[in-house]
Amino acid sequence: MTRTPPARTGTRRRAERSRLASAGLHLTLAAAAVIAVFPPLWLLVTSFKPRNDAFSTGLVTHFTFANYTHVVADTEFLAWFKNSVLIVGVTTVLGVFLAATTGYAVSRFRFPGMRPLMWLLLITQMFPVAVLIVPLYNLLAGLGLLNQPAGLVITYLTIAVPFCAWMMKGFFDTIPVEIDEAGRVDGLNPFGTFWRLVLPLARPGLAVTGFYTFVTAWAEVAYASAFMTGEENLTLAGGLQTFVNQYTNDWGSMTAAAVIIAVPAALVFAFAQRHLVAGLTAGTTKG
Amino acid sequence: MTVAVRVRRALGTHWYAWTMVAPVVLVIGVIIGYPLARGVLLSLTDADEANVERNIGVNHLPATYRFTGLDNYKAVLTDGVFWDRLGWTVTWTVACVSLTFLIGLALANMLNRPLRGRTAYRLALILPWAVPAFISVFTWRMLYNEKNGILNKLLAGGGIDAVPWLNDPTWAKLSVIAVNVWLGVPFMLVALLGGLQSIPGELYEAAEMDGASAWQRFRHITLPGLRAVSSTVVLLSTIWTFNMFPVIFLLPRGGPGDATEILVTYAYRLSFVDSPRDFSMSATWGVLILLLLSAVAVVYRRALRKQGEVW
Repeated sequence: MTRTPPARTGTRRRAERSRLASAGLHLTLAAAAVIAVFPPLWLLVTSFKPRNDAFSTGLVTHFTFANYTHVVADTEFLAWFKNSVLIVGVTTVLGVFLAATTGYAVSRFRFPGMRPLMWLLLITQMFPVAVLIVPLYNLLAGLGLLNQPAGLVITYLTIAVPFCAWMMKGFFDTIPVEIDEAGRVDGLNPFGTFWRLVLPLARPGLAVTGFYTFVTAWAEVAYASAFMTGEENLTLAGGLQTFVNQYTNDWGSMTAAAVIIAVPAALVFAFAQRHLVAGLTAGTTKG
Repeated sequence: MTVAVRVRRALGTHWYAWTMVAPVVLVIGVIIGYPLARGVLLSLTDADEANVERNIGVNHLPATYRFTGLDNYKAVLTDGVFWDRLGWTVTWTVACVSLTFLIGLALANMLNRPLRGRTAYRLALILPWAVPAFISVFTWRMLYNEKNGILNKLLAGGGIDAVPWLNDPTWAKLSVIAVNVWLGVPFMLVALLGGLQSIPGELYEAAEMDGASAWQRFRHITLPGLRAVSSTVVLLSTIWTFNMFPVIFLLPRGGPGDATEILVTYAYRLSFVDSPRDFSMSATWGVLILLLLSAVAVVYRRALRKQGEVW
């Protein structure tokens, strides 16, 4: 996006705060930051402790990678990881790809059927797992797609597509209509305008939408737990449950696996977060 | 411009628009519409594990469940369990969404001003969002562990008795709300911060020049300026919380008993945890949940339209 980021406009430069107010501000923010950071940090710390020390309150006294080597070498973790990457990757690409044109159409054109479509997108987004899970289960069982990555991809598209379309509409709304008009004046048809002019400008939007989809699917628990059985077929969300359940309490392995799972998600987040605020606010500042 | 040209252009426009929405309409129709229709159908039958179409070894058994009309709905609505779960689900949703919104708003306002370490604070506060929810939930389970968890050990250091975070109905409810708020604040924060930054600074300068107090500026510039973004995030957050599966399912596992079971997890339990699996009852709960959410969305949209926001 070539426009100057709107980040600064609202940050007001006011008369100085009193010193007391300043201290209070920093204190509150610091407390909130500690609460926000502590659990993930503690997870990281625990993962480096020998498994018998998992619940010790101190920091790491006997630093070890044993949990990591155990998880990678002795469990099905890598298979779960592969399953998750495959399923989530395909879901994200398909979701964003399918939804982009719809988001654009809904943002730009007033056409018969638009309002029902908007409702459809909104309503399907709040489809609780509970409505679809049983019929989808029966359906996938009938098609022989239970325990197959493809089955879970189809399932996740039911979440991703309405969501992505809705998000993309929001992003296209923020791109000035004048750009479309310029395209039309230059003789492009709406597809050309969309593909050559608008889509490149919407790249932050695409990134953020893809990111949301990735994170949603990466962290999905209900469908994954119900549709994937057999240790080598699990996704990460299902696999992690095998470390800590009513029968076993392998907190050491759980923490190590959790750290490995969280890292790719955090990296994708770091990539998308640059666009997050810009993406969410872009355009709202224009006159 | 003649009428003929205008009509032709209108047709052309719609043609493009319809082509562009076709993929999504198709996908939604096939992978959501069809299962939804089957779900509604299932809710009108007595289908369970023992009578649905299935394969046992090489034998294919056809479905033998019967159509029972609205019996399931009658059973659910006259049974106390549904109303109990609904009551807790509403409490849970209202508590989580309002706390998340208020905390998010407060933090966003604090961050939206010149401040040393602003970026560091922002990054730290967003962290819970960057970690997949189910990871955080497992982490909290570790922190909440009654015998060995760090929270109780810290309390013990202060001479306070161990708190049964997840083993007492009331504490378990508070604990899951706390975790969900922890998970939800970053989204609110980022969205509201974006909203704040899009409010032109001149408005504040003008107000200040006119002698408006900080509270008046907040009340009359910030809040109206945030209306669009707040209405969206509150609706989203309500839906997400209402359907928040992982926190309840993985943290207290709906327990102790079914104290923390919300509608969605209870419906899931009916078909995938309890034995025998009761598909029709689960589908009935699902349809009821969907009706409830749709009603919420309709009321909400209507309220927004009254304030002049339309699409």
